[in-house]
Amino acid sequence: MDPRASQPAFIPGAAELLAEVEAAESLLDQRGPAGAAAPAGGEEADLLAHFEAVIAADAKIEPRDWVPAGYRESLIRQIAQHAHSEIVGMQPESNWITRAPSLKRKAILLAKVQDEAGHGLYLYSVAESLGANRESLLTALHDGKQKYLNFINYPTLTWGDVGALAWLTDGAAVVNQVPLCRSSYGPYARAMVRVCKEESFHHRQGFDLLWTLSQGSPAQHTMAQEAVNRWWGPALAMFGPPHRDSTHSEKSMAWRIKRFTNDELRQRFVDITVPQAEILGLTLPDPALAWNSERGHYDFTPPDYEELKRVVAGNGPCNRQRLARRRQAHEQGEWVRAAAAAHAAKHSREDAA
Amino acid sequence: MNEKAVAYVLRLGDDALVAAQRMAALATWAPQLEEDVALANIALDLLGQARALLTYAGELEGQGRDEDLLAYRRDEHEFTSALLVEQPDTDFAATMVKLLFFSAYQRLLYEELSAGDDETLAAIAAKSVKEVAYHLSHACAWTVRLGDGTEESKRRMQTAVDELWPYTHELFASDSVWRGYGFDPAGLRERWLGIVEPVLAEATLERPVDDWAPTGGRDGLHTEHFGYLVGEMQSLHRAHEGVSW
Repeated sequence: MDPRASQPAFIPGAAELLAEVEAAESLLDQRGPAGAAAPAGGEEADLLAHFEAVIAADAKIEPRDWVPAGYRESLIRQIAQHAHSEIVGMQPESNWITRAPSLKRKAILLAKVQDEAGHGLYLYSVAESLGANRESLLTALHDGKQKYLNFINYPTLTWGDVGALAWLTDGAAVVNQVPLCRSSYGPYARAMVRVCKEESFHHRQGFDLLWTLSQGSPAQHTMAQEAVNRWWGPALAMFGPPHRDSTHSEKSMAWRIKRFTNDELRQRFVDITVPQAEILGLTLPDPALAWNSERGHYDFTPPDYEELKRVVAGNGPCNRQRLARRRQAHEQGEWVRAAAAAHAAKHSREDAA
Repeated sequence: MNEKAVAYVLRLGDDALVAAQRMAALATWAPQLEEDVALANIALDLLGQARALLTYAGELEGQGRDEDLLAYRRDEHEFTSALLVEQPDTDFAATMVKLLFFSAYQRLLYEELSAGDDETLAAIAAKSVKEVAYHLSHACAWTVRLGDGTEESKRRMQTAVDELWPYTHELFASDSVWRGYGFDPAGLRERWLGIVEPVLAEATLERPVDDWAPTGGRDGLHTEHFGYLVGEMQSLHRAHEGVSW
C-alpha cells in the first residue's frame, strides 16, 4: 500500500492546478520530438534566427539546439537553484522523520524526503543537458555561490511546522512551477510535469496533516496555528521580490523560461490558499487579508522584502546550519565516492585485460 | 490468544521497526544523491514490514493494540528486536555491513515463513522477501566496492565487519519463542554464512573468528544505544495523550 494514501479533504484550487499540469503534459506529448533541428554548422546569425523562430512559435528547445549563451546561463542558474532547493530542502523535513508521531506519518514523511532527493537528481540531469555538471553545481552550492529557496532557511520547530511547510511552501512551489511545465526548454518542461505532480501530492499531505492537528486536541490545534503563523511570510516571499525589482524577470519572460511575473504568481497563491485555510479552521496571520470584489482577488500585505533580502544574503535563522550540514554530508561521503571510483577503475582494467 | 505467536511476530516486527528507524535517520546524510534515494527506499520497505507485522501481532494479541500503540507505547525492555539492528551508524561502512548481515538473515527467514502454515505471516513474508532481496544485493554491491576500493574504505569496512560480527550470533540463538511458532532461525546460520562469507571474500575482507556472542535483545535487554533510539522515536507521540495524528 502506498503509505501516502490518506483521506483527502476537498482542497479548493488543487484540481485546477493539476489540470494545468496535465494540459501541459498532453501538449508535450502531442508535439513529440521537437521540430526541425537548427542547421548544423550554420552562421551564428542563422542559428539565432532559428532559435528565435522556435521561441516565437512556442515550440521546444532541445539539448541538440544552438542557444544564446544568456539563455543557457539563465536556465542553468534557475534549474540549479531548483535542484539545490530540493536537496537542501530535505533538511527541515528530515528533522522530524525519527520523531514522526505515527508510523504512517513517518512513512509519508520519509517518502516525501525521498521524492525530493529524486527531484534533485532529475533536475541536476536537466542542468547537465545544458552543459553544466553536477559536481561543479554542488561546489557552487557549498561555496555559497548558488542559492536555494529562502524558506529552507527557517526552522521546523514542531510537528506542526512539518505540515505548514508542506501545505504552504509546497503549495507555493506548485503555483510557481505549473507554468514551468510550459518552459521553452523541453527537458525542463518535461521534468516539471513530473515534479509538479509529486509536489501537489506533498501539498495535499501537508494539508491533511494540518487538518488532523486542527481538528485534534487544543494543544494540537495551537501547534498547527502557530506553525502556519510562522510559515505564511516565508511562503509569500518564495515568489521573490516584486516584479519591478526582479533582476532576471524581463529576459526570462521574453525567452519563455518564465511566463508570469512574481506578483501575478504570488496573487494566485494567496487566492488559492485563503479558502483552504478556512477549510482547515486555521487563520492566516494578515489582518489586511480581505476579498476585493473589484479586483476579483484577495488583498493582502506583501511579505517583508527586507527580511527576504537578509535571508537570501545568508542571514536567515538557518542558512549557516543548512549549508554546514550539506557540506558535512558531502565531505563525509568523500571516502565512499573515492572508493567506488577506485573499485570501478580497478575492475574496468581487469575487464580490459 | 496465542502468546507464542504474538511473541514470535513481535520479534520480526521489532527487528524491522528498529532497522527502519536507524535507516530513516540517515536521510540527507548519504554519500551521494542516488544513495539518498536508495537508503530511503530501504527504510520505507522496512517500515512497511514493521507496520504489517506489528499490526498482525496486535491482532493476534487481541487486546486492541495497533501498530502505533506497539511502536510508541511500549518501554525499552518490551521491545524484542535483536541487538544488531540497534547498533549505531558510525559511518557508511557500518550502515552497509549491518544491512548485509541483517538482510541476508531476513531473506532466509522470510523465505521459510512465506511457505509456512500461518497464512497472514506467509503473505507478509512473501511480499517482504522480494524487498529484502534487493536490500541484500545493494549491500553486497557496496561491500565489494568498499572492501576492494581504497585503503581507507577497506580499513573502515573491516572495522565495521569486526565490530558487528559478534551481534550476528544472536540472530540464530534458539529459545522457546523461536521454537514455539513459525520457523526457528537457529537452523539458518550455515546458509547465512553461505551468503555472507563469499561476499566478504570477494570484498577482500577477513571473516572474523567466532568468539564473543552478546545476546539479550530477544529478552528486552538492549545495549545503551537503544534508550536514545526509543526515546527519540516516542517523544512527540508520548507528549500527547489519546489524540490522533
